[in-house]
Amino acid sequence: MKISFNINGTPQSLEVEGNTPLLWVIRDVLNLKGTKFGCGKAACGACTIHVDGEAVRSCSFAAKFAEGKNITTIEGLSSGDDLHPVQQAWIEEVVPQCGYCQPGFMMATAALLEKVPDPSDKDIDDNIVNICRCATHYRIRKAIHRAAEIQTNNI
Amino acid sequence: MLKTNLFHFAILLLIGGLALSFAYTASSDTDADGVTEVVTNGSPPGATEAFDKMMAVLTHKRCVNCHPSGDRPRQGEDSHYHNFGVRRGADNHGLPALQCETCHQQENNNFSGVPGAPEWSLAPLRMQWEGLSRVEIARSILDPAKNNGRSLEETVQHLTEHELVLWAWEPGVDANGTPREKPPVPKDEYIQAVKEWAAAGAPIPEK
Repeated sequence: MKISFNINGTPQSLEVEGNTPLLWVIRDVLNLKGTKFGCGKAACGACTIHVDGEAVRSCSFAAKFAEGKNITTIEGLSSGDDLHPVQQAWIEEVVPQCGYCQPGFMMATAALLEKVPDPSDKDIDDNIVNICRCATHYRIRKAIHRAAEIQTNNI
Repeated sequence: MLKTNLFHFAILLLIGGLALSFAYTASSDTDADGVTEVVTNGSPPGATEAFDKMMAVLTHKRCVNCHPSGDRPRQGEDSHYHNFGVRRGADNHGLPALQCETCHQQENNNFSGVPGAPEWSLAPLRMQWEGLSRVEIARSILDPAKNNGRSLEETVQHLTEHELVLWAWEPGVDANGTPREKPPVPKDEYIQAVKEWAAAGAPIPEK
């Protein structure tokens, strides 16, 4: 079936099987490799993207539901050369170890900060339930607080 | 002799008829919560069976898992707390960055095993069924203060037509590819039972 949507600000119109997970359309058809496959069961969060601004697990999101939506992946998080506050904070706090799961964490965090600009530790624990096998959660929490600070102060 | 037997038969019919009419006499009673409850001395024919069928469905895990008594939905055949610490949130759709729609879409996803249906969400807390008896659930269903102000007709419509309710008979597979258990009554029988129960005046038994 033909599916049309905007991804990272660019209109796309594709012929794909409607039940294909959007993750594979993003990675294999559009060649945007930043979004990762982790568990394939919407559990780990490595595949998190934004659909109309909401955090979504793309491994469990049928491509047909993307029709007419605005999709954002980690590649579209920054505005041109200006890094997103989450990206700045991730660099400052040297968050990643192996890095595989980090795009999912960053997309989930960006979605959180849109709605909860100054999240508490509990807000972070309750909302950001992605999994990092390198156990970088401690640095992730610090980076989320730093990202909130950067975003609030427009640093 | 024949006349005597006919007379006795007529008397028996009269007594039997009176007994039946008393047995099925129903009285309406409105309690302090505003719930109009039909209290039955016995029930209209078929109403008890219809109630039993309806409640066998409404007390099933496919329904109760998302009618929890607190802020945490349950999931699975053993009704464990939903993984990932999922919470109700302000609008019953989860937390700001962990919405139901983060994972659940308009239909089941048989690749991931994540179930889905339109308006996937928790029932509001006032519609909590977890831990309630059949009678308490039935009273809750009929209570406008707890059922979104629905009339009996609207309640029947919700129970028999809403896609999220009827999802229970198409629950898909879990993350391991194992089909989820369906309610113990076939969908058509359940729908018929709800309508029969409502047509009989929605009588709620004493237990």
